[in-house]
Amino acid sequence: MTRPTAIQISDVSKRFVIRKEKSLKERVVNFGRSKLHKEDFWALRDVSIDIESGTTVGLIGPNGSGKSTLLKMIGGIIQPTSGSVRLRGRLAALLELGAGFHPDLTGRENVYLNASILGLTRAETERHFDAIVDFSGIERFIDTQVKFYSSGMYVRLAFAVAIHVDPDILLVDEVLAVGDEPFQRKCLERIRGFQHEGRTIVMVTHSLDQVAEFCDRAVVLEAGRVAADGLPRDALKVLRADFEATRQEEITKSQLAEGAARPLAQITGVALRSDDGQTGRPTLVVGSGLAVAMQVDATTRLSDWILGVGLTTPMGTTLYQTNTKLMGVPPAPLLGTGKYEFHLADLPLGEGDYSVQASIQLLDGTDVHLVPEAANFSVRGDGSSLGPLSVPVTFAMV
Amino acid sequence: MTDMIEARAAGLAHQPLRLASPRTGFASGTLQSIRDIAAHRELLGLLISRELKARYKDSSLGFIWSLIRPLVMLLIYYVALGQFLGAARGIPRFAIFIYSGLAAWTLYSEIVALGTASIVGNSGLIKKVYLPREVFPLSVVGSSLFNFGMQFVILMAATAVAHEIPTGTRWLFFPLSLAVLLVWALAIALLLSAVNVYLRDVGYLVEIALQVFFWASPIVYSWNLVLGKIGGTIYETVYIANPMTLVTMGFQKTFWVAGDGQPYPDRLGLRLGIMLAIGLVLLWLCQRVFARLQANFAQEL
Repeated sequence: MTRPTAIQISDVSKRFVIRKEKSLKERVVNFGRSKLHKEDFWALRDVSIDIESGTTVGLIGPNGSGKSTLLKMIGGIIQPTSGSVRLRGRLAALLELGAGFHPDLTGRENVYLNASILGLTRAETERHFDAIVDFSGIERFIDTQVKFYSSGMYVRLAFAVAIHVDPDILLVDEVLAVGDEPFQRKCLERIRGFQHEGRTIVMVTHSLDQVAEFCDRAVVLEAGRVAADGLPRDALKVLRADFEATRQEEITKSQLAEGAARPLAQITGVALRSDDGQTGRPTLVVGSGLAVAMQVDATTRLSDWILGVGLTTPMGTTLYQTNTKLMGVPPAPLLGTGKYEFHLADLPLGEGDYSVQASIQLLDGTDVHLVPEAANFSVRGDGSSLGPLSVPVTFAMV
Repeated sequence: MTDMIEARAAGLAHQPLRLASPRTGFASGTLQSIRDIAAHRELLGLLISRELKARYKDSSLGFIWSLIRPLVMLLIYYVALGQFLGAARGIPRFAIFIYSGLAAWTLYSEIVALGTASIVGNSGLIKKVYLPREVFPLSVVGSSLFNFGMQFVILMAATAVAHEIPTGTRWLFFPLSLAVLLVWALAIALLLSAVNVYLRDVGYLVEIALQVFFWASPIVYSWNLVLGKIGGTIYETVYIANPMTLVTMGFQKTFWVAGDGQPYPDRLGLRLGIMLAIGLVLLWLCQRVFARLQANFAQEL
């Protein structure tokens, strides 16, 4: 059965006018010339996304890419300049927890107020009240004014209220990273519960791991446009590559700015070779080894440097990392081209795709060059386990 | 679990897609706005009690403070204007006279001043959650009415002490003038609260305008004095066009029993009725302007 569309975003653009004046005097003085004091800024440009009911979508992107603006537009707080956002079902937004809290009121009063703001009736709130307090874990302080709460308690109570709303569509903005670890786990569990109940969730987050873990789909926004839209792993790849490009740009810029003070060097090639002689994109069997050969070109003299190697999953989670400093084998100063090789023996990796990461750093910690996905390889297993780690396993009844 | 997902999906499939932020026409959106506000009346009640509770939460005298202020004002006007400047001559029961006007004025100025600031003051909420934004000025009306209720009790007590408890048909003026007051104050508060988002100067402007209108209404001096100076001229018409002039006199007509022999504009009731009708049209216009302006609140705040 095909699911109905829960959120339909069609050709949405949003223009912000940045005015540099606010007072009456300035407006009168500059009247007629007001064009000079305005600046257009397109926060979103021709964004079209259809979200099926029951899916969890992560909106990701660098700061200022328009994620939160889009989320607010779905929430009806901001109107699009052109295009339209259409919805089906009841909507609740967890945009910044505790936005409706009043510091002078007690926790109990704030629960009622905040629940009402999120769209619960008084009767519903009364029914959920014990559950809310129970979830927040601050029974002892419920009749204390919230201005005396610690920030953790504040957020716990706010989140507890928010998750007891019964929405078809839930908008989540950067709120999952709250509270201590047990509480966070409780929150994430609850979000999973929401997923099982077929609610549509749109979340904005900077935690890419959360996207990988929770979302069925990820949308990467970049400067107000959709840069990628699809499975989280593909979208994350696009985003990580983008972050890397920005970082590399910054490194190059500071290298240029600092001139000779910073050596110019690059990893110009990374080649893999499996123990049984495959090159290019080798496919290993579980437990075999891999040689990583690197070529480094130094335009200026490179001394006190570190060469690093790492293994990552396609999501970008680092599985293993080492370098010449940790290994205690400092490379000799280099000018021109040098070739190096790491050999990773008996890799205990499970079935899946992996990437090799290569990096040059200086001993003082400055990055010189980093290649996040220098080369790829796969591991073929016997299908008896999941996850990136391979462990010899037996089973018996005892 | 999948059953639940399918059930929810099937339920949603029957619903039509709706716009996340509907743009309504200037006139056609009226009903929509009223329905929206009515749906949030519980929230409105909570906001009013929040405002009342939060206002004097940490003071030991609490609500008493909201009584002390007008009583001190009364004392100042009574002594300085009434006795020293001699305004009390020719005005019987001067204290009750002032206090009935002052009670009306306090309610009016509180709604206008606090209402104007209400949208900017709640920007945290407005930027985060969609609510019909009218609830903020409306909650100011609610909390101001609560304060007015307490002043009303004092006023009644004062008339009891003076053995001049208002009775009979004179009470008809009270609901009529209160309605005029509320409709006008709310209309102005709605309009100014929205404009205040775009032009922060409005807040200061309101302060000054309220000062001017306080003295432009017969609160601490009598209508008789005004008549003596500008009676029969165009200025009298202008003076009487101020809704608060009529409201003040409506209140005096009700509570100031000793002033029965004093002159009032003829057909005061009819004038108040006309003012109410104008106010209702104005309220509708202001609400529509508010609805138009509120679309950009979240980004302007």
